[in-house]
Amino acid sequence: MYTAPTLDFFGQLNLGVALPALAVMFGSMIVLLMGLFVPRERRHSVPIAALSLISAGFIMTLFTFNPPDAEAFGGMYRGDAFANMLNLIVLATAFLAILGSTDYLRMTQINHPEYYTLLLLSTSGAMIMAGANDLLLIFIALELLSIPLYVLAAFRTTDGTPTDEVSSKSQESGIKYFILGAFSSAFFVYGAALVYGATGTTNLNAVAEAVQGLAAAGDFGTAGTLLLLGAALILVGLGFKVAAVPFHMWTPDVYEGSPTPVTAFMSVAAKAGGFASLLRIVAVGLAALAVRPEEAAAWQPAFQLVAILTLVLGNVVALAQNNLKRMLAYSSIAHAGYILMAVAAVGSAPLVEGIGDSAAQSILIYLAAYMFTNLGAFAVVSAVEREDGSGVMLDDLNGLFNTRPWLAVAMAIFMLSLTGIPLTAGFIGKYLVINAAVQAGLIALAVVGVLTSVVSAFYYMRVIVNMFLRSEAEGVALPVVGQPLLVAVYASMAGTLVLGILPTLLTGLVNLVQLV
Amino acid sequence: MNFSVPTEAFIVLSMVLFVLGAMGVMLRKNAIIVFMSVEMMLNAANLAFVAFARQWMHLEGQVFVFFVMTVAAAEVAVGLALIVAIFRNRNSTNIDALHQMEG
Repeated sequence: MYTAPTLDFFGQLNLGVALPALAVMFGSMIVLLMGLFVPRERRHSVPIAALSLISAGFIMTLFTFNPPDAEAFGGMYRGDAFANMLNLIVLATAFLAILGSTDYLRMTQINHPEYYTLLLLSTSGAMIMAGANDLLLIFIALELLSIPLYVLAAFRTTDGTPTDEVSSKSQESGIKYFILGAFSSAFFVYGAALVYGATGTTNLNAVAEAVQGLAAAGDFGTAGTLLLLGAALILVGLGFKVAAVPFHMWTPDVYEGSPTPVTAFMSVAAKAGGFASLLRIVAVGLAALAVRPEEAAAWQPAFQLVAILTLVLGNVVALAQNNLKRMLAYSSIAHAGYILMAVAAVGSAPLVEGIGDSAAQSILIYLAAYMFTNLGAFAVVSAVEREDGSGVMLDDLNGLFNTRPWLAVAMAIFMLSLTGIPLTAGFIGKYLVINAAVQAGLIALAVVGVLTSVVSAFYYMRVIVNMFLRSEAEGVALPVVGQPLLVAVYASMAGTLVLGILPTLLTGLVNLVQLV
Repeated sequence: MNFSVPTEAFIVLSMVLFVLGAMGVMLRKNAIIVFMSVEMMLNAANLAFVAFARQWMHLEGQVFVFFVMTVAAAEVAVGLALIVAIFRNRNSTNIDALHQMEG
């Protein structure tokens, strides 16, 4: 019998839970058109529009924080508390990054309105990645996150020739990021193909069912080989994105060459998106992939190894850096290692009750703490950076306490938080991920985490010593710092301290997180 | 007699293509050739998807292939623009010459 088409289909899509990400994605188009039609002398309204869009997305996320029915697009997207918490983190990242961008773009004469569109598109990519529950959507969101970032990394390109050193560095970082990013996506896609071949589906919940079915039958057979190989390739692909060792080679060069606000944004947003997908794939899709039931997941040793390598190499090589941006790049590699500790802990889910959810919660709190701290540190870097890209060596911070006391105090707090000193946000995050590793029975991993944390204190303290105990070079004029950038610095400082002193403000939200 | 190529053959071919592509990315010096090698890796994955879709007798894998092709096209747009910008600046697309930043 003929049935007339109805609008029920749109109700079934359940778009409401995906609204924040969709709003940011479509809103970025409005920002693009604004850049086209708004006359040049009123261009300052473009970042304001971008900031309002992000605030609107933030409010929408809070309203739909833990919806009763989180599935949208037929199960491809899950707008659950996990996704929404990450959305809040990514939106805050974009907000602070835009505050830090306006003056930087003007100073370096790259004040093109497309910058904000690209930043917003990348933000929406990270937001969709946080909720993506299907390998297909994860892949598309990953590219939506990455492709604008390739452009942004190379954004300091001057039109005319000859080009100066800064713009050629920016181009170099763009192409390095692009080639390794595309390389890693190819690994991810091939891994997804193998998982699809073994299970016949790309939806993570259906993958989990198929894996459980195979585990119950007691014999994985060829499917087991395909799944293990697929999981390994996905780890390689997403490992590149989150800068885990041995897939980290691009990180220092890209972080050094990119415009500083872009570095700040990518160091947090790309990691948040990458870890969201990695966690969903292993905790939801491949949780039951074990050699024998009642045993830790078969992928756990690989994750442990990568975490240990990342922790050791990131922290040790950071000791030898003299450039602040490079040092923060190695520090961000090390922080990926701490988060990977919690991801590895998820592998013990068949043995330890509730470890999956508590590890996911610890990752969210870690990312929130890392977001405030790292964005603040990069904001201070762009406050001392000069037009020609100089002024970002460690020695350039000498005597900052005498010339700009508040910036120095803020930077000191960020460094203490990155080390993980109590009363800062970094301590809470580090405590929780190490706690997750201990609960999961990964004692060796936890010990490595604590020891490398001690090593990291050396290079973070060097910054503090330079700022407070050394005296400044004579006759070097400090660049003028704009108001928005200062707001970003102080907001990050407040966030770092508030999270460190009153973590309950965040744990209330995070305790709602369950990975299904 | 009804004989068709078994899925295993497609998967082995796709693995060979993938490894060749990965080696191309790591060993070649010209940015455009490196980029072509990445495309070859993506197409290896596409082949695997189509073969598995035939094996499972449904279309999900084939749909995935369309998305991979679209995304690869978007990557081409950005990647070639970057390569052209670099070429204008340095008159070379040799990626080994890109070592302004080290350490």
